[in-house]
Amino acid sequence: MDDQSAPARVPIYPRSVKGSFRRFKNIILIIAYVVYYGLPWLPWTRSVGPDRAVLFDIVGRKFYFFDLVVQPQQIFWLAGLLMIAALLLFFVTGVAGRVFCGYFCFQTLWSDLFFKIEHWVQGERPARIRLARQAWNAEKVRKIGLTWLLWFLVAFWTAITFTLYWGDAGDLIARFFSGSAPSAMYITVVVLTFTTFTMAGLAREQVCTHMCPYSRFQAAMFDKDTKLVAYDQKRGEGIKGRAKMRKGQKTADERHAAGVGDCIDCGYCVQVCPTGIDIRDGLQISCIHCGLCIDACNNIMDSLDWPRGLIRYSSETEDEGGKVRILSLKSIGYAISIIVVTAVLVWSISHKAELETALTQTRQPLYVVLSDGSILNSYEIKLANQTTEEHAYSISMRGLDNATLDTGGFDTVILKPLKTLRLMVKVKQADAGAPKNKVEDFEFIVLDQDSGKEATVIPARFYAP
Amino acid sequence: MSNADNQGRKGAETTGHVWDGDLQEYNNPVPMWWTWAFYGTIIFALVYWLLYPAWPVGKGFTTGTFNDITFVNKKGEEVTTHWNTRALFLKDQQTGEQAVKQREYLDKISQSSYQEIMQDPDKMAFVNSMAKVLFADNCGPCHGKGANGVVGLYPNLRDDDWLWGGTIEEVERTIKHGRNGYMPSFAGVFPKEKLESVAAYVLSLSGIVGEDKAKIEEGKHIFQGEEGGCYYCHTDKGTGLKSQGAANLADKVWTIANVPAAATYEEKLAAVEKVIVEGVNREMPAWQGRLPEEQLKLLTVYIHQLGGGK
Repeated sequence: MDDQSAPARVPIYPRSVKGSFRRFKNIILIIAYVVYYGLPWLPWTRSVGPDRAVLFDIVGRKFYFFDLVVQPQQIFWLAGLLMIAALLLFFVTGVAGRVFCGYFCFQTLWSDLFFKIEHWVQGERPARIRLARQAWNAEKVRKIGLTWLLWFLVAFWTAITFTLYWGDAGDLIARFFSGSAPSAMYITVVVLTFTTFTMAGLAREQVCTHMCPYSRFQAAMFDKDTKLVAYDQKRGEGIKGRAKMRKGQKTADERHAAGVGDCIDCGYCVQVCPTGIDIRDGLQISCIHCGLCIDACNNIMDSLDWPRGLIRYSSETEDEGGKVRILSLKSIGYAISIIVVTAVLVWSISHKAELETALTQTRQPLYVVLSDGSILNSYEIKLANQTTEEHAYSISMRGLDNATLDTGGFDTVILKPLKTLRLMVKVKQADAGAPKNKVEDFEFIVLDQDSGKEATVIPARFYAP
Repeated sequence: MSNADNQGRKGAETTGHVWDGDLQEYNNPVPMWWTWAFYGTIIFALVYWLLYPAWPVGKGFTTGTFNDITFVNKKGEEVTTHWNTRALFLKDQQTGEQAVKQREYLDKISQSSYQEIMQDPDKMAFVNSMAKVLFADNCGPCHGKGANGVVGLYPNLRDDDWLWGGTIEEVERTIKHGRNGYMPSFAGVFPKEKLESVAAYVLSLSGIVGEDKAKIEEGKHIFQGEEGGCYYCHTDKGTGLKSQGAANLADKVWTIANVPAAATYEEKLAAVEKVIVEGVNREMPAWQGRLPEEQLKLLTVYIHQLGGGK
């Protein structure tokens, strides 16, 4: 339209390929989809709460994750999880390049699935190119239509599945199709269906090259020792460059004698690339390190009976004949950080308090003088039973002379599993006649009736005129 | 002078207009998606006009259709109106998810006796959270948000000194029917010395004893005799009469005279004298009919437990 706009996108029709990286990607694909689509349906038995293994209950403010129940006040665990994820990304990227992009990123996973659907309906790369170029006719309408329909169904189910994590899966599905689900579910499903369809079906590699910030900063974590998908320039190009198979240059010996490299310029590595780049041009931002070009090239090398690895994971150090140091200061630092954060997180989760308490002193007024001259302070004690069993707690106090505690008759309270209770309690200190401190520290003691142990000691202050 | 060529944009499309022989204009249309987004907003507007109140017409407006709201108005009638946020709000207060939850608790409260409420920690927690807000909205303007009152004007509801009685029934009666606290003015009744004597006796009741014992003795005589007649309401011992709302003068709580704030004995005397001379006239309005029964019940329990109850 405009001569200043970016060059129009060249559509990419990746050819399918077989090999160890493809197999590895397929395994991840299956695991990821089974987990993602299946997890909301997994039943689970727990003494209290929903019978789903994973459920993020926003309304009830509880996040059920197998036998772990996370409450909002433990949200910092999420921070720990995110730190581990980030550090893991830094660590892996430093050691082996964009592993996340190539094998685990959901953009990669979903466009891979969409490629598979496209391949299944429209056929191999040449057939798809032919179909794209031909004029609209019944065949094209049928094939493109079926592809888009299947894409839509996958996108739709992806969106639905996302919403199922936030409520009981069976119940939500029934409500969704009977029109009685919350509006948030419909909006989420529409938005996610649309984004999944456009990102995985239409935008594809443009997400990686133009939209994704990770692709930009991951390259900053590479160093000379980082293993990257790379083309062996020396072997492939020889002295005179790569050359197609032609008469007199068919065997390895003939080619070496003629000075041409091992690359026969078949273009297979380019055709299989999901981002449509040529790995032989060297490291580039569009490369997501998915390893498919390695598979492609290895197939060719195998068929020629030449050694594999013309395209392989290698590092700059290796190429120069050096020895890779995986345990560099950087990777050791990341590894230690991961271990420390993981340890802290695990410790925090396993040492989760059985009873959470919070104390709020009534501040307006801080104190009241009673008819006999004694002084009254009021407090609100919040008790939150964090366990999935019923507990009886009793409240007492210590550390304040001449003082009595009035719990309003609730010296012992029974707390149902995961229940929170707020109690108004009053502390009365008799008038000793003598001048006294304006502020005194004391403690509330919450006793677990079953074990007889002090569940929690809550520090408090007593104010006097 | 500029033209397409000297900006290095050979072959760029122009609008075809030429001024002054060589002045041309590039044809730079906005991107197509932009145009389509614009058309999208037009379609959105049309749909919006159909569904929601939009255009003023004469003295009214187009009300929109397909999304009428039905709610119950103040008179208990069911009203159906065109979409508007006010009706949406009213409806949400009646049938919204949170409203239904609150209703559940309110029903429990109205079906329980005071005893049952006070023995159930769960119900008390509800009382404390909802009545706190009710109190701040309705009672707070006088008694203060924290119920600590204002000495001389509004009683502190957090102490254990109940002018009109601290049993739950008495608190309920005070809230529902209101109270009228009255003490006549004694201005001009006694000479200055006798006034001082009465004040000295009143202070001595709660342990603030001055040096002039004879004065206290004289004050006692006036207080307990027909000259002052104080004992009618405050009783012989000065312990007050709940039926009259007469203050207990023998405890450490001062509701009208700000004795604790006075530094010297003379100032304390003056504070008490001032009340005797000016009298008291306080009114607590009746709340029955102004708040729903269940809210009065919540407030009764809340206020009763604030002062520790009786």
